[in-house]
Amino acid sequence: MLDCTPKEIIKRSGGVINPAKTCQPIGAMYAALGIHNCLPHSHGSQGCCAYHRSHLTRHFREPVMATTSSFTEGASVFGGGGNLKTAIKNVFAIYNPDVMAVHTTCLSETIGDDIPTLIKSAEVPEGKVVIHANTPSYQGSHITGFSNMVKGMVDYLARSDTDEKKEQVNIIPGFINPGDMREIKRLVSKMGIKFIMFPDTSGVMDSPMTGKFHMFPAGGARVEDIRDTGNSRLTIALGYYASSNPAHQLERNCRVPAMTIKTPIGIKATDDLLMTLRGKFTREIPYELEEERGQLVDVMTDTHHHFYGKKVAIFGDPDILTGLTEFVLSLGMRPVHVLTGTPGGTLGGPQGIFEKEINEMLAAARLEGRVKAAGDLFELHQWIKNEPVDLLMGNTYGKYIARAEDIPFVRVGFPILDRSTHPYLPIVGYRGAMRLVEMISNALLDRQDRDAADEDLELVM
Amino acid sequence: MSAAVPNDQLINDHLIEERESSILIKGGQRKNQLKCDADSIAGCISQRACVYCGARVVLNPVTDAIHLVHGPIGCASYTWDIRGSLSSGSELYRNSFSTDLKENDIIFGGEKKLARAIDELVQKYKAPVVFVYATCVVGVIGDDLEAVCKKAAQKHGIQVIPVQSSGFIGNKSAGYRAACDALLRLIEPRSAARPPVNKYRIKSINYLGDFNLAGEAWIITEYLRQIGVEVNVVFTGDSKCNNLQKAPGAALNIIQCAGSMAYLAQRMEELYGIPYMRVSFLGLEDTSASLRSIAAFFKDLQMQRRAEELIRRETVAVKPQMEGYRAKLRHKKAAIYVGGGFKAISLIKQFRELGIDVVMVGTQTGREEDYQTLHHIADNGTVILDDANPSELERFMTEKGAHLLVGGVKERPLAYKLGVAFIDHNHDRKHPLSGYVGAVNFAREVHDTVCSPVWKYARGSGGGIYAGS
Repeated sequence: MLDCTPKEIIKRSGGVINPAKTCQPIGAMYAALGIHNCLPHSHGSQGCCAYHRSHLTRHFREPVMATTSSFTEGASVFGGGGNLKTAIKNVFAIYNPDVMAVHTTCLSETIGDDIPTLIKSAEVPEGKVVIHANTPSYQGSHITGFSNMVKGMVDYLARSDTDEKKEQVNIIPGFINPGDMREIKRLVSKMGIKFIMFPDTSGVMDSPMTGKFHMFPAGGARVEDIRDTGNSRLTIALGYYASSNPAHQLERNCRVPAMTIKTPIGIKATDDLLMTLRGKFTREIPYELEEERGQLVDVMTDTHHHFYGKKVAIFGDPDILTGLTEFVLSLGMRPVHVLTGTPGGTLGGPQGIFEKEINEMLAAARLEGRVKAAGDLFELHQWIKNEPVDLLMGNTYGKYIARAEDIPFVRVGFPILDRSTHPYLPIVGYRGAMRLVEMISNALLDRQDRDAADEDLELVM
Repeated sequence: MSAAVPNDQLINDHLIEERESSILIKGGQRKNQLKCDADSIAGCISQRACVYCGARVVLNPVTDAIHLVHGPIGCASYTWDIRGSLSSGSELYRNSFSTDLKENDIIFGGEKKLARAIDELVQKYKAPVVFVYATCVVGVIGDDLEAVCKKAAQKHGIQVIPVQSSGFIGNKSAGYRAACDALLRLIEPRSAARPPVNKYRIKSINYLGDFNLAGEAWIITEYLRQIGVEVNVVFTGDSKCNNLQKAPGAALNIIQCAGSMAYLAQRMEELYGIPYMRVSFLGLEDTSASLRSIAAFFKDLQMQRRAEELIRRETVAVKPQMEGYRAKLRHKKAAIYVGGGFKAISLIKQFRELGIDVVMVGTQTGREEDYQTLHHIADNGTVILDDANPSELERFMTEKGAHLLVGGVKERPLAYKLGVAFIDHNHDRKHPLSGYVGAVNFAREVHDTVCSPVWKYARGSGGGIYAGS
């Protein structure tokens, strides 16, 4: 299908071919699903909501509930205020959530609906909350949308009640799978530290089969807990792009110090998380986690000869990429192409800190590579044509490039539409890193087996 | 439970007031009047999509076109190669092209960026046609798509056709219409004089409303070839720009998906004098009936004889398998929730062929006449509903004890959570469901999901087993 991608790289300025990102509202919808008893609401026309629900359904293979303002021509001309008020009334009357989380679309942003004012003048039942996030699709990506909705949670829900902060940590996990969130919660629990994770889609987007349909599955961060984040001693934001802004907003609003570290993908980033927790809460790292780390190093040792010097191309969401790049480097691989569709943060323009951070990692390993924020898969494909790789890592859309260039492919990130089980199985933490080692080495070794002549097909590898 | 409760009471309990008129139960006290083809209620979970979605799904199978989505990235991202329409040639349509509008473009207008995007893409891909889809925001900021496309067409000497598919101007059916308008423009460029009404290809037809999902159009084309009918062009499954332009040369238009293509057929009758008829190639009964109607249209005894031969041969071939499945599936209960009315009607007949009772049937965009037919052919007690939401689907499936749901991507996990088997009859289907071979595929798929041992573990799960319930 992508056989027609030319090798010669031409400068383009007229948009995107085969995107490596999608739009803000889907990120906001996913974040909102991480609140217990919350109904996400899309303020715009029906298609956005339908697409976001379908896309999340395909990735998670779970029912995804969300409502829409169902804009028609009238709403687009005269404003969507009436639709939002009707929607608020209907949502609480029909579905009775604790929280309704409104996000905007490019349409409602462009016609200029003032959501906070509309919410204030709407009839919200006693004890219920409507929160909102501005998520115009023509800015950022699904990752910024996620971040904006989490910031909305902070603004609407978090409160500082006392001068003395509680001995607890807030964890903002970023745009990762529910299985990853579970694993991070397990790590923090093992450290014996009280924590509040928000948003938390575990139990919502990986809910068990009960034979019943639950409009609001049992999981998600509870409103009272998100409220209590204002009383915590520290917020740890995992991943700059998805989590840093809300953490700093909480710092501004409630004087909870914020720090941002990498999404704990790979050995070093997991070390960083645990060492941070140890340092901030003066806890010892339990033997169980030491043991897991030791097992991971053991697995990495057993397999390192498969990885050394192998060239890899990685694409996807920036917070995932920083962890993945660091991890493949620690395996001795050479990440020669690293590309995200999300614009690169604030430092020095759209390419910003993403490219800086990855380039620094490469430089520390005395390697060079092509690194880009706000890129697309057409460009990544061209890079690969010009400098082939031994392995491609990224979301489902990478399969077209992998096929066109006949490269082993490891699916990681969002969305993964053509495989199942991934939302349950973490890639974070030491266990997640072990799973990554398995996935990467299997992809490489399966290829070796496939290509081996009969006499070279080895029993032990 | 359903047997004991009067039908109308079933509806009134716990339903959204405004939704009551969109649901009825056959044989209930309320009359055969269902509200449909209306806007959804704000704040209700709707399974519906938008105008752009409708336009995109209809046009996307034009394989050698550049499908350029003018808007922010999402609309292109979510429609990137999600429709399993197979191609016998170009794969260009499977790429995702977007102008990826940014804030500045929204403020200052996106026309320049669009013109640049067209230039770059045309240069790179040498396509004969570019479809430019308008999204919500483009409709609001007022980019002059007509002007940009016209200029680009002149510059590159190819057709560049705007698709007026801003998401808010209606629902999915408005998008079908926008797509049909774009197709009409493709057939008949504005500058050209209208060609004379042409019926010289006496036994040639256009097949409308088949998108070649899993190769379905190829199956039907082959049946028709065997009875002596040439398929001139399929709208739009596995189609190319220059095939589509030959559409006026056909003697008849047949329509599979009426929701998306009835309008095109009407317009082609007005413009080119081509008569049209509705057909359905879903299920044995409809496939045979459709082949007979086509043969009858041409008043050709040889053709009618060949049609009967084909019907007999194919029916005999699939009979043992169908009977095998029927024996295992008899008296199972099915629920249907699909996009259009005609598909729902066909599905009821197909389930009947398998001895399965349909207990619920609904659509996203069915029209009044579809619902009248549905009401007519449904069994007493069947729930009929328009623009349903997940709670309603859950409720009626549970109350009616459905073993199986037929639907699209959003309905699948909903059914599974209820321990109900599922069939995708939408974009995500993996094998052809058309014709005789499709009827067997359908039966097999129903059988494989309904009879999977997984339901043994699923029902009453979530601790139910340990709780000893």
